[in-house]
Amino acid sequence: MAVRRGRGVAAINYPTGMNLGGDPSQALVHSTPTGNFMVTLSSVDLGQGLKQVISQICAETIGVPTDRVVVDTADTDTGPHCMGTFASRGTHRIGNAVIQAAKEARQVMLEVAAEELEVNAADLETDGAGNIHVKGAPQKAISIFDTALSAHFTRGRSISGRGMFLVPRSFPETETGAMKPATCYAHACTVTEVEVDDETGEVTVLTVKNVFEIGRALNPKMVEQQLVGGSWMGISHTLYETTEPYYPARDHGGSDFNEYLMPGPGDLADTEIIVLERPSADGPYGAKGPGEMCANPQIPALANAIFDAVGVRIDHLPITPERILRALKEQRRV
Amino acid sequence: MRLAKNYFADERRDDLNEIGQGRPRADVPGHVTAKTTYFADRNFPGMLHLKMVRSPHHHARIRSIDTSEAEKHPGVVRVLTAKDVPHNTYTILILIQIGPEDEHVLAEDKVRWKGEAVVAVLAETERAAQEAAAKVKVDYEVLPAVLDMEAALKPGAPLVNEHHGQNYYMYDSGACRKVRFGDVEKGFAEADHILEQTYSSSPIEQAPMETTGCIAVPDGNDRFTCYTNTQAMFFTLDNTSIILQMPGSQLHLVGGTAGGGFGGKVDVIVEPIAILAAKLTGRPVSFIYSRHEEMQISSPRAAETITIKDGVMKDGRIVARYVKGYTDAGAYSRHSPYGAQKGAAHYPGPYTIPNVWADTYCVYTNRTPSSAMRGFGVTIADFALEVQMDKLARLIGMDPLEFRFINAYRDGDMKAHRQTTEGAALIECMQEAARAANWPVAEKYFALSSHPREG
Repeated sequence: MAVRRGRGVAAINYPTGMNLGGDPSQALVHSTPTGNFMVTLSSVDLGQGLKQVISQICAETIGVPTDRVVVDTADTDTGPHCMGTFASRGTHRIGNAVIQAAKEARQVMLEVAAEELEVNAADLETDGAGNIHVKGAPQKAISIFDTALSAHFTRGRSISGRGMFLVPRSFPETETGAMKPATCYAHACTVTEVEVDDETGEVTVLTVKNVFEIGRALNPKMVEQQLVGGSWMGISHTLYETTEPYYPARDHGGSDFNEYLMPGPGDLADTEIIVLERPSADGPYGAKGPGEMCANPQIPALANAIFDAVGVRIDHLPITPERILRALKEQRRV
Repeated sequence: MRLAKNYFADERRDDLNEIGQGRPRADVPGHVTAKTTYFADRNFPGMLHLKMVRSPHHHARIRSIDTSEAEKHPGVVRVLTAKDVPHNTYTILILIQIGPEDEHVLAEDKVRWKGEAVVAVLAETERAAQEAAAKVKVDYEVLPAVLDMEAALKPGAPLVNEHHGQNYYMYDSGACRKVRFGDVEKGFAEADHILEQTYSSSPIEQAPMETTGCIAVPDGNDRFTCYTNTQAMFFTLDNTSIILQMPGSQLHLVGGTAGGGFGGKVDVIVEPIAILAAKLTGRPVSFIYSRHEEMQISSPRAAETITIKDGVMKDGRIVARYVKGYTDAGAYSRHSPYGAQKGAAHYPGPYTIPNVWADTYCVYTNRTPSSAMRGFGVTIADFALEVQMDKLARLIGMDPLEFRFINAYRDGDMKAHRQTTEGAALIECMQEAARAANWPVAEKYFALSSHPREG
């Protein structure tokens, strides 16, 4: 009886957005009189930070600092339709709608600035700090604050825009399955090391090294929080979680966080995250959806590491100490 | 976290002002100082609480329902049964033409899973609603139940859901979503080795910190405002409009920051009955799942069973793959027909395999309906696929990572569902993983890239 060490690898890809498309999202953008920008959505922030990433996308597109953008979400009286926050679609679908809306608003903003500066709108650019100036002549400038005031009270222009993004729905061919499930895919490869106690069946996850390719890390800090959380959920799915531990039997199901097993802080491994960025052709600034895929590769990587450690295959999730011990017993018998 | 900027550097602009910047989240100070408002932080004068009477049986006929004792319980304002719901039979994905309507807001003649909602009790306090719910008498005739997919698919198995007519979802392609590519039998005939293995999983709970719920408030003008933590506002609004036969213009849904979803808040369960209750009583109604309901009543990630048969050559090439995937939908569809067919195109994984046959089934059983959860249709498939890859590598005596390099898809490769691969990055992920983990890989694999193959 001993604690045995093993290592496993897995590699995966994951589609962005609702399978087969057909999942629209819309956005509206408008300026306040003092040049702040409101993004109006019916989309929901689940706590993953949708509002923040949408602010940055809108700010980049209009050419203002992120703190000049406010995002109003999740109200069906004010926000235009969004299919919902799921299927790794939020950043990709809503982000694209926001870019379209923000471009339209930016165009009006530049036209008003052009009238104020008596130049051609096509000759203007933003400095990203809240000002508009003539390309190559930064001294010929107007602030976005003054531009918005002029639009509202002098020029009678609405600095606003509408955005819509829809991946057309694909209908699978019935006999061949020819179909277009998604327009872009995120990728991952995970290597993990475990220790398995062959007396108790207990697994200790030592390290999880994840490499994720996500198109574009629009906000690297937020990408990190989502990828680390996903990696932990992968451990949880592999070794702990189920509502029915003896499925298909319906009993012994957990009813609260005491009975429903999940890893505690001490059960989480040393987690490493490396991000690659290969921009997607149709993503907002190249982004893909990493939300779901980041919890997937750890599961087979851990299963493979457990085999590497003790030589038994547990092909049913979750891989509990009981299942490992039963398999080890069977292995010794054979 | 480390950004490995050396990969794909020529495909990317790194000179943007806001994109690529790790700005602090504007909403986080509110979250960590308990200032953020969640739907349940609202309290309205005269607010009622809704509790469900649920089926204690996996499968039973309802002979009669007696609510008289419950109605007399102190604090009870109203008791609702199926006949109070204008359009009681529904299915969520009818909005995108994925029918048939197969589920009841409140059970009618039958219950099809242990926990199914039968009667809704509205009372002044949660406690009164809970106590009164215990006084509702339902006379059941218990029926034989099928709890696992294998039993459900056997000839003569009890029928779980009459709206489907058989214990599986009928796609336009038949009993399963199919992918057929190349000649899988020819591939197996040519293979040096064949490996067939079966993988399976148990249901998993989304486990958000905040349980599913909503508060419905009459505006006093035939409009109703519903504060909810749904993941999809208009999914909920449009389905509620159908169920309550009420114009969408009378519905106003307000969300906000939800306390986690993970797919568990995509079903439309609490809002229609809460809004109906608000309409019938003229009072605000709160319907919030207990932690028990969140764990055992709300839809989990489906259990799945996946059989993979692969033909592989000694040099590492996978030449044929045959997959049968089964998703346990439980008693009703919800999002399972969608999730089950998501696997069909996914089963080759991120690999180029010339001959593929995949069938994915959505199976009905007398279980808690499963539905959306982070990655459903793919997560368990990836477990099966990548354990299978490990077994195949060991079968032919090859390093598991090198085996994946040999089969990895590249731009320009044709996928089994007949889309050309573009934007691939699997090879580069594996190269970086090998470097980060000091996994010994032959030098030639570091020379590969996801760019199109030559010739």
